[in-house]
Amino acid sequence: MNCTDFLAKLTDFFDGNIEPDLMLEVKEHLGVCHHCEVVVDTTRKTIEVYRGSEIYEFPDDLSTRLRAAIMARCEKEACTPDGKLKARLKT
Amino acid sequence: MASLSPTIAEPLLPPDEPHPDVELVARTRAGDNSAYEQLVKQYERQIFRTANHITQNREDAEDITQDVFFKAFQKLDQFKGDSKFSTWLVRIAVNESLMRLRKRKTSKTVSMDQDVQTEEGSIPRDFAEWRPNPEQIYSQSELGDILRKTIAGLPPGFRTVFTLRDIENLSTEETAEALKLSVPAVKSRLLRARLQLRERLSRYFRQKNEAPK
Repeated sequence: MNCTDFLAKLTDFFDGNIEPDLMLEVKEHLGVCHHCEVVVDTTRKTIEVYRGSEIYEFPDDLSTRLRAAIMARCEKEACTPDGKLKARLKT
Repeated sequence: MASLSPTIAEPLLPPDEPHPDVELVARTRAGDNSAYEQLVKQYERQIFRTANHITQNREDAEDITQDVFFKAFQKLDQFKGDSKFSTWLVRIAVNESLMRLRKRKTSKTVSMDQDVQTEEGSIPRDFAEWRPNPEQIYSQSELGDILRKTIAGLPPGFRTVFTLRDIENLSTEETAEALKLSVPAVKSRLLRARLQLRERLSRYFRQKNEAPK
C-alpha cells in the first residue's frame, strides 16, 4: 500500500468500516510512513476539537425566546380562527 | 494505537423498542402541544447549530430554527417514521439553510455541488505534528475564533457534510439521506472537508519549531 491508496481509504478507516485484510495493510503502512501517521493523528484531532467545542453560543434566553415564538406559531396553526383544535389525525 | 473511529455512538435502544420521539410525535398529532414543545426543547440547539454552520450567520440561524420547527409541525402528517425524527428535522434545516444562502447570493446558485469539483485539499501538504494539547494553547474565545474562521473558509458543500457527519454525529447513511447524496459522494466530500480543515488548523496548532512547508 502506498500513500495514495491509504488516503483513499482514510474515511473508511476513521469510520472503522474496513475489511480485516485491508486493515492489516493500513496498519503496516502507518508503521513505516510517518507522514500518513501525522495525517491520521491531526485529522482525528481536527474532528475532536470541532466536536468538543460549542463554537456558536446558544444561551438560555435565546432558547426561551425561540421556543416561545415557535410554540406561539404552532398554537395558532393548530387552532381554527374561533379557537377550536383543528383535526390533524387522518383516521 | 488509539481508537480508530471518532464516532460517539448514541445510547442504543433495545431493537423492538420504539424511539421515545415516536410517542411524542403521536401525542402531538393527537393535539398535545406540550409533547411538541418537548421535541423542540430536545432538538432546538442542534437545529440552530446546524443552520449557523451552514449559513455562517447568527440571525439567519435564529429565523431558520423557528421556520424548521413550524414547518415540521405543519407537515407532521408527512413524517412516516422511516428515519429518526431528528434526521427529518435536520433535513428540513439543511434545505432552509441552503435556500437562505441562495437568497443571499441572488446571482449565484448555491447547491450541494458548489465548489466540490476542485481537487484542492485532497492532497495533504502539511506533515508537521501538532502540539500535544492545542485546545490549551489558546483561550476558549481565541479557539472559538480560529474554529469559526477555519470552517467558514470551506465551500458550503464540504461544510455541510462535515457539520452533519462529524459535528452532529449523523451516520454516513443519514448524512446521505439528509442531503440527497449518494454514500460515496458523502465519503468523498467528507474526506476533502476533513483534510482541508486539518491543513488550515495546522497553521495554528503545529509544533513551533517546524516551519510551514
